[in-house]
Amino acid sequence: MSEPPGAAVSLAEAPPPPTDRTPSKPLAAQRVQPLRRPGRWIVTAVVLVLVAQILHGLVTNPFYQWDRFRYWFLRPAVLDGLLVTLEVAALSAVLGLLGGILLAVARLSGSPVLRAVSWTYTWLFRSVPLIVVLIFLYNFSALYKTLSLGVPFGPAFVTFDESRLATDMAIAVIGLSLNEAAYAAEVVRGGILSVDQGQHEAAAALGLPKGYQFRRIVFPQALRSITPNYVNQLIGLVKSTSLVFYVSLLDLFGAVQSMSSTYPGDVVPLLLVATVWYLILTSAVSVVQFYVERYYARGATRTLPPTPVQRARAGLAGLRDRLRREAAV
Amino acid sequence: MSTAHTRGQTLEKPAPAALEVHGVHKWYGAHRVLDGIDLTVRPGEVTVILGPSGSGKSTLLRVINHLEKPEIGHVSVGGELIGVKRHGDRLKELSERTILAQRSRIGFVFQSFNLFPHLTVLDNVAAAPVATGRLTRAAAAELARELLDRVGLGDKAGAYPRQLSGGQQQRVAIARALALRPGIILFDEPTSALDPELVGEVLAVIKDLATSGTTLVIVTHEIGFAREVADRVVFIDGGRIVEEGPPGQVLDRPRHERTRDFLAKVL
Repeated sequence: MSEPPGAAVSLAEAPPPPTDRTPSKPLAAQRVQPLRRPGRWIVTAVVLVLVAQILHGLVTNPFYQWDRFRYWFLRPAVLDGLLVTLEVAALSAVLGLLGGILLAVARLSGSPVLRAVSWTYTWLFRSVPLIVVLIFLYNFSALYKTLSLGVPFGPAFVTFDESRLATDMAIAVIGLSLNEAAYAAEVVRGGILSVDQGQHEAAAALGLPKGYQFRRIVFPQALRSITPNYVNQLIGLVKSTSLVFYVSLLDLFGAVQSMSSTYPGDVVPLLLVATVWYLILTSAVSVVQFYVERYYARGATRTLPPTPVQRARAGLAGLRDRLRREAAV
Repeated sequence: MSTAHTRGQTLEKPAPAALEVHGVHKWYGAHRVLDGIDLTVRPGEVTVILGPSGSGKSTLLRVINHLEKPEIGHVSVGGELIGVKRHGDRLKELSERTILAQRSRIGFVFQSFNLFPHLTVLDNVAAAPVATGRLTRAAAAELARELLDRVGLGDKAGAYPRQLSGGQQQRVAIARALALRPGIILFDEPTSALDPELVGEVLAVIKDLATSGTTLVIVTHEIGFAREVADRVVFIDGGRIVEEGPPGQVLDRPRHERTRDFLAKVL
């Protein structure tokens, strides 16, 4: 910058700068050197340090009591709760989706009454908090049971308690499904609307029967946009199952709650147990999502996205090639 | 009032017209799209419909297979009323199921192909004969292979539509229409969405159909093609038929000012 004017000239006459290792190669044959990004390296380093600190804290802070976590993680009480959570979530997911499809079809139908009923249902169940629905159902069924059986308490208490459990499961599933269907309806409706009008016309022009048009032409294409939205919904559902604790069903969260009232010293590890199990459940859902989306992408994209295994294999092959090339140099 | 008499005559004719359009009016709100169209197409005849955009050509085709309902007038294909039935002196709408069955006998090829993207080329062609209960899966697949060979795409049976070029997709769409062995095929600007170098391959397939004696009604802007394959050219403007006749007459010696203006613009 403040060099004498002759510097530029001498630089031009000087031997090529050391960075250019193959001066004999013509420009056109040279690889472009990637831009250096020092800022990115600094930010990366800072973030890595922070992550390491968090991990360090997680591992070493006695507050988390990892030994107690290990003790509780696979306890039968916790696993029983997990099973209840899985059962409630799976049943509600299926029933909710079926309900959602019916509601969406009704909403898109030509009948004003069906459209109005579907709209009102969605409006109602999206407006009322799930916990209110559940407790409402709980009280409703308790009332119904007393009226129908009319059996006094006493020696029959044990059997009552067992049937009570079954009913609690039913209440939980019904409540979650009712709620889920309202959201699923909108997801499914959005998916159906996303299918190109030309597809409806082509199906109609070929004279395909109405049911076939929906099942084979429109719905499979709608599923492409329904899947990610519904999985989002499903993850919400898995977490919502923790509310069934309030209708006295011992799901994963319920099990953890009841254990921590018995062992108040283990509240934190028990919450960690629940956290990790919920993480595992939602991760499993995400893995399924990837493959379902990939399946319904057939025909929509020219090449399917690689599976993680394929990607890993391609990455390894690329790395091997690079190492071989560098070894050769 | 000789309506009853004429009607009796049309129905008793030994060989009914492939297509009859009677006084069809269609409007969207206050906008008249079709303003009294009458058209008769004999079996095996190739009719090309020309006209400026917005003249109602596509709407006419869509009225013929009842994708659109005419406000007034009616259409019959092979002597059978489409979308309606005669009830005394009135026309009553048919059930959706019956209309779908009628449509399966009328081929329709769209400007934008509208192939089913989630099905392979073979399944696109084989779906309709199976779904309408005419053929077993195996027979439909065999027919589909035959038709794909005919449109020159025998090697693409396993591909998905988006893996094909526009011209190939449109040829699959033609094979799909043929799979139902329709008595008449309607083409709605079949080459308008194609790159210029792909137009020829699609026109060649349509020409092959034309010479094999299939009844075709083609909406197109390809004047040269019209001259080559059409038995009759119909010029539509403002929802009315302005003039019709053999291509030599309508294209080379048009009698109407509007036809001349249009041809001057597109040629």
